Amino acid sequence: METYIDRHHAIQQLRQMLLIRRFEEKSAELYSASKIRGFLHLYIGEEAVAVGVMAVLTPEDAVVATYREHGQALARGMSAGAIMAEMYGKQEGCCRGRGGSMHLFDAATRFYGGNAIVGGGLPLAVGLALADKMQRRNRVTACFFGDGAVAEGDFHEAMNLAALWQLPVLFLCENNLYAMGTALRYTEANQDIAGKGGCYSMASAFADGMDVMAVEDAAQTAVEFIRRGEGPYLLECRTYRFRPHSMFDTELYRTKEEVELWKQRDPIEVLVRHLADSGLFRQADRDALERDVAAEVEAAVAFAEAGTWEPAEDLTRFVTSERRSA
Amino acid sequence: MSEQTATKATTYREAVKAALCEALHKDERVFLMGEDVGHYGGCYAVSKGLLAEFGPERIRDTPLCESGFVGAGIGAALGGMRPIVEVMTVNFSLLALDQILNTAATLLHMSGGQFNVPLVIRMATGAGKQLAAQHAHSLEGWIAHIPGIRVLSPATVEDARGMLWTALQDPDPVLIFENNTLYNMEGMLSENAGPVDIDSARVRRPGRDITLITYSASLFKCLDAAEALAREGIEAEVIDLRSLRPLDDAAYLASIARTHRVLIVDEGWRSGSLSAEISARIMEQGFYDLDLPVERLCSAEVPIPYARHMEEAALPQVDSIMATVKRMVSHE
Repeated sequence: METYIDRHHAIQQLRQMLLIRRFEEKSAELYSASKIRGFLHLYIGEEAVAVGVMAVLTPEDAVVATYREHGQALARGMSAGAIMAEMYGKQEGCCRGRGGSMHLFDAATRFYGGNAIVGGGLPLAVGLALADKMQRRNRVTACFFGDGAVAEGDFHEAMNLAALWQLPVLFLCENNLYAMGTALRYTEANQDIAGKGGCYSMASAFADGMDVMAVEDAAQTAVEFIRRGEGPYLLECRTYRFRPHSMFDTELYRTKEEVELWKQRDPIEVLVRHLADSGLFRQADRDALERDVAAEVEAAVAFAEAGTWEPAEDLTRFVTSERRSA
Repeated sequence: MSEQTATKATTYREAVKAALCEALHKDERVFLMGEDVGHYGGCYAVSKGLLAEFGPERIRDTPLCESGFVGAGIGAALGGMRPIVEVMTVNFSLLALDQILNTAATLLHMSGGQFNVPLVIRMATGAGKQLAAQHAHSLEGWIAHIPGIRVLSPATVEDARGMLWTALQDPDPVLIFENNTLYNMEGMLSENAGPVDIDSARVRRPGRDITLITYSASLFKCLDAAEALAREGIEAEVIDLRSLRPLDDAAYLASIARTHRVLIVDEGWRSGSLSAEISARIMEQGFYDLDLPVERLCSAEVPIPYARHMEEAALPQVDSIMATVKRMVSHE
């Protein structure tokens, strides 16, 4: 690749991806140890998408994500400890242990979940962007969803509304080729997801979701377009999930060879190669990053372990608001 | 109401419209969104003229996509607006039930108290206009099963006028069900009518012999029945629930403690209905006040049919209310 590499920024991006990778490897281990229960959907292999997109957002922007959102939450800047504690079900978790892995929320970073109804977050993103437009705020709402969501009515309804009302939404399709265990070719008559933008007169593009720099470039273009007030934007990032759909998936629907082929395009190694080829990065740099990330993950686990259980008497708190005026 | 207060005849439709106007004038965060609310003037002509007054940003026509625009209402509420989302009819709202239940009602608890959703959803409900089996059900009792939301059912012009503003002050989602047979109903409304409480039930007619618990359009059937029964010496007390979630248990239990008999009139289907819930609560909290078992008059358990005589047969009516009351009162 010929592009100039900002070493500091690239190393930041690498650190983020490594953090997600090691955090999730640890999560899988803790799942096996029964520290984490429920569903656990790992993002491993797809890190470049969240990390590339978050780099172009400001703190005022909003993020809407799916049930496979540890990567987005970490890349958005939520604390690893609060996320891990949430998965432990501890009250120090970002949602007091009410949400778990699939429902991470954080008002401070404008992180609106954590939605486990496939496609359900898209109308929400439209509404957040509508509020921004009506209040004359120049903000972007980045809405992550998978290829499976493209078959849902909510996808089409939200695309139409956002384009009709020219709302500042970045629709970010993480196309990992499988809706749970069913390949896109079995579910979509037209598998060109980016191309679906045209049906709604919406600008759209395709990016290599295994290359964080490519994702960031494409997201930058998209976000600049949106901030200029030119309307919403659909960005499809082709990526691949290295791990099973969830901890219960026996992966009958794809071959080991296919997985191995994609692992050769591991986004972490792709970036390391970019850096090394530029002569900007040595093994010692990587080792230092790994140590740093390992310490952060270890601290997150310690935080979760030390966490406490919300008293069961609090069960009905927050069914409705405690402050009675809106 | 004091005798000095001027009143004027107002339709339910005009009362809802006046409430919308008030909200749009008083709070710039408020906007109305839904199918045909703007250029068409509202499916039931409730929002006629509002587009010209408030413009297309705040009287926002939507495509036909209930899930999409209800979800967008949730997002806009999270983003600091105060949306009023109009769904044409309760049957259509099922297309948005995912957003209502899985998001609007769930977000606050699931996020550990971080994200409340100050959203108002209005919709038409109820049978009586020969609209048949996909436009005429009374599903509000079913929706009232969902924790995390309020469900209101204004029957009077005063409540049609006053509940909306109070609902907009609530930090959580409020669903307001307007029975479509009421829009043309005229009532006397105080010229200074304004917000009303949305927590309590009301005794609409006092009586000593039996309590009729009802809401929405059935209120008027119960009042008509009570009027006719009074001529026969039976005094029925009529309770208008007003709020279906939460229920004002104290109000109807206090009435039953006086009358010792209770009939619940509910246009929802009988099985697993709001009337079943109220009956259970009476068993739990008021059993020893009862002289005889709780009874219920509900819709027949059929899809609402088109033909007038069949539709009428499917619903509780003044005659069936009177007959049931007489049988219960004579049972000693």
